[in-house]
Amino acid sequence: MKWAVALAVVVLLVLPQLVGSYLLTVFIFIFFYAYLGQAWNLLGGYGGQISLGHAAFVGIGAYTSTYLAMTYQLSPWIGMFVGGVAAALLGAVVGYLGFRFGLRGFYFILLTVAVAEICRLLVAHTEALGGALGIFITFTGDPWQFQFSDNRAYYYVALGLMLGATGLVAAIETSRLGAYLAAIREDEDAAEALGVNAFRTKLAAIVLSAFLTGLGGTFYANYLFSLQPNTAFGIPLSVEIILRPIVGGGGTLLGPVLGSFILSPLAELSRIYLARGGWSGTHLVAYGLLLIAVVLFLPRGAYPHLAAALARRRRRTS
Amino acid sequence: MALLEVEGVEKRFGGLQALAGVSLGVEPGEIVGLIGPNGAGKTTLFHLVSGFLSPDAGVVRLDGAPTSGLRPHQVCARGLARTFQIVKPFHGLSVLENVRVGALARARTFAEATARAREVVAFVGLEARAAVPARALTLAERKRLELARALATAPRLLLLDEVMAGLTTPETAQVVELCRRINAGGVAILLIEHVMRAVMTLSHRVVVLNEGQVIATGPPAAIAGDRRVIEAYLGEAYDP
Repeated sequence: MKWAVALAVVVLLVLPQLVGSYLLTVFIFIFFYAYLGQAWNLLGGYGGQISLGHAAFVGIGAYTSTYLAMTYQLSPWIGMFVGGVAAALLGAVVGYLGFRFGLRGFYFILLTVAVAEICRLLVAHTEALGGALGIFITFTGDPWQFQFSDNRAYYYVALGLMLGATGLVAAIETSRLGAYLAAIREDEDAAEALGVNAFRTKLAAIVLSAFLTGLGGTFYANYLFSLQPNTAFGIPLSVEIILRPIVGGGGTLLGPVLGSFILSPLAELSRIYLARGGWSGTHLVAYGLLLIAVVLFLPRGAYPHLAAALARRRRRTS
Repeated sequence: MALLEVEGVEKRFGGLQALAGVSLGVEPGEIVGLIGPNGAGKTTLFHLVSGFLSPDAGVVRLDGAPTSGLRPHQVCARGLARTFQIVKPFHGLSVLENVRVGALARARTFAEATARAREVVAFVGLEARAAVPARALTLAERKRLELARALATAPRLLLLDEVMAGLTTPETAQVVELCRRINAGGVAILLIEHVMRAVMTLSHRVVVLNEGQVIATGPPAAIAGDRRVIEAYLGEAYDP
């Protein structure tokens, strides 16, 4: 397994030298959504606290660094972390409200949706942030402004984000925080009885998850060059974020990555072929069907099945 | 000083007076059996002592300090661990991972907790099942896992809620033996149990609860012959 992962990383590192720019774009989306999925996975997959408002953290991160860059000429490389901290603060507020008052399941989900919608409306009505029309970023091609003429640079940044988040989650998986999150997901009362401070643990998870998601916002802004409240804070983006870890396997290290390798190309292909045939929007139907199939046939996601199949193969060959 | 003191504790759920002024104590290293008919308030008392509920009146003290307002994890940090009548294993986690959650309560590092969890898993005789997810365990194994997790938090007082219910006679005997070994390590035990043979052989002292009140306290032999206890619970004199 370790060798397979190392080999995959090497292949991904040399890939830009071999493939064209369009295919790189597909990979950039795979990595970026895997990254956001991994950030969500920490809270939703490991901790079992389902957020359907993670777009809010992307939006906060994206708007913060973009605003700082436009108004104070602060490099987005620095603004990225300011945006991450802003997202973490919002995460702390959501977490405090939700966990202090013991919201579980659907009620917590509704809280996250509500907060994201509030953010969306606030930004849409703030002129300094471009209002409902949003902000368009002028392309300068200056790397210090997080802008690259060469798609390969974005590729490596996105790959770095995905690998970094996955490495971090791997470390958390074998730590006190990881063990406590899994315990809370499985049975919060039993976890409390064993000395787990469920409130503090969940709060730590949402703050960290929001921080990582907020960092991603800067990439989002500077790859798309435009920010609109409806897309940066909207429910569709929140759904995109959670689909990959769910399809790949929530609460597993490689679930979000696997899920993104399954879904992102599918989204791209169906968007191209179905939209070209005048069927724009149909990719969402394809998505919906896939999600239903996953929930029905792979309720724990694809990764556990893949891992089991690999283990069987290994046993046969050895 | 008593390890656990419950003094005049009352708890009401709507129109139901679950506990009507209960007082009892557990000394360090003691095994106390808590018996009584269904609905007597035994599990409610456990919830109050472990911080899952707070009493309407009365006070619970651990080592002389009141536990009012403490959350369950804080009560656990004070040295009290409990099991649940309806076992609550972390289904998706392995036996070792389950126990490690408890061990983390005292361990400074993750590696230390893992080592401690291995010891406890072996102590309860589940080492052959250490890597198995909890959902795959039999009922007897789940009960033992429940015990192991609580034990891993290194408590001074262990509250066991019907850890023998539903077990076969040999399985019960194993759990009784396990309780003895835990107690021999200096851990006091307060146990709710309907399996009379187990309660009477294990307990140093038995407390009988009926309709939210303590109706008798004493050594097992005296309780077995107490007329009020026979009427309220045993049905006939218990003669092992």
